[in-house]
Amino acid sequence: MEISLTVNGVSKTVDIADENTPLLWVVRDTLDLKGTKFGCGKAACGACTLHVDGEAVRSCSYPVKFADGKEVTTIEGLGDRENPHPVQQAWIEEIVPQCGYCQPGFMMATAALLNKVPKPTDEDIDKNIINVCRCGTYYRMRKAIYKAAKLQAEKVINESKEA
Amino acid sequence: MKLKPIYTFLALTVVGFLFALANTPKISAYEILEKQSKNTQNSNDDYDKMMDVLTHQRCMNCHPSDDIPKQGDASHPHHFGMARGEDDHGFEATSCNTCHQSQNNLNSGVPGAPHWALAPASMAWEGLTRAQIAERLLDKSMNGNRSHQELIEHMTEDDLVLWAWEPGVDADGEPRTIPPVSKEEFKKAVENWFADGAIIPSK
Repeated sequence: MEISLTVNGVSKTVDIADENTPLLWVVRDTLDLKGTKFGCGKAACGACTLHVDGEAVRSCSYPVKFADGKEVTTIEGLGDRENPHPVQQAWIEEIVPQCGYCQPGFMMATAALLNKVPKPTDEDIDKNIINVCRCGTYYRMRKAIYKAAKLQAEKVINESKEA
Repeated sequence: MKLKPIYTFLALTVVGFLFALANTPKISAYEILEKQSKNTQNSNDDYDKMMDVLTHQRCMNCHPSDDIPKQGDASHPHHFGMARGEDDHGFEATSCNTCHQSQNNLNSGVPGAPHWALAPASMAWEGLTRAQIAERLLDKSMNGNRSHQELIEHMTEDDLVLWAWEPGVDADGEPRTIPPVSKEEFKKAVENWFADGAIIPSK
C-alpha cells in the first residue's frame, strides 16, 4: 500500500506492506529519521511523540495509514543547529537531558503545548506534559518549558517587527 | 296504537344488545390483567438487559462522575492523570487522540473508536442506581436533547457505543471483557423497551 505524507515539509511516498505498521517504524526505518524514539510501544511513555497535522501523537500506536495525506513533524523538523526551535534552544540553555533518550518526545510534546497555550502555567504543564523520563529531569524540563515560552514570545514579537 | 312504536323500539334494543354480546371478544378481565402483566414483565426484562450493558465497565468507564476516565475491569483512574478537560477530549496538547485513534490498536493494546471521548458530564452514570441512570438517559436536559428515537439510534448504531462488543486487547495482549448481553440482544432490548414506553421498573 502506498502512503503519501509530508514529513518535515518534504513530500514522501512510502510503500508499506501492512497499513497498520506504526508510524514510528516508518519514520525511523523507512525514512531514516532516528530522532523519534521507541520507548514502551504502548503509547504510555511518550518517547515516540511527534506531530501529525500539528497535534501531538504517540507514533508507536499510530497506524501509518492514518498519516496518509497529512503533515508529520519530527524532532528533526522542529528546528536545526543554525535555527533551533525555541523549545530546542531552551533545552540547550537549561542543559535538560541526562541520558537524553526520552527528550525528543518531551520537546515535541512541549512544542505542541506552546502552540496551544503560549504561556503555560504549572497546571498546564502538569496536565499536558505527561511523558516519562527515567533520569528524572522533570525539574529542569519545567524550567526549560518556561524559558521556551519566553523565547517563543520574543521570537513572535521580533518576527512581527520584521514584518 | 300508541304502544306499537314503544314495542318496536324495545324489540330493536334487545336484538341490538344480543348482537353486540355475540360479537364481543371472548376475553375475561383476568386475561387482560395477565396480558398487561406479561407486557410489563417483558419490558422489565428488556430494561434489565439494557442496564446489564450500560453498567458494564466497557460503557461505565467513560461515563465518570468525577471527570476522570476509568480503565480496565477494575475501573481504576486513567493513568497519567488524564481527565475530561474543557471539551470531554482531554487537555489542549495531550488529548484523547494523542493516544486513541478511530480503531483499536492490536499492537499496542490502545483501544480506539470513532469520536473517542468521555460522555458529556451531564451523562455521568458512575455511582448511580440503574433507575437513576435510566432517568438521566431519558431526561432531555441531560441527554443532549435526544428524543426516544434519537436515543435508540445512538444506543444501537453509534460506533463508539458498539465498540463495547469489539474492545480489542489490553496492554498485555489479553482480550478485554465484553458486556454480558450480546450486541443483537442489547439492540433488541433497547428497541423493545422504548417501544413499550420506556418504563423504569422502580417507578
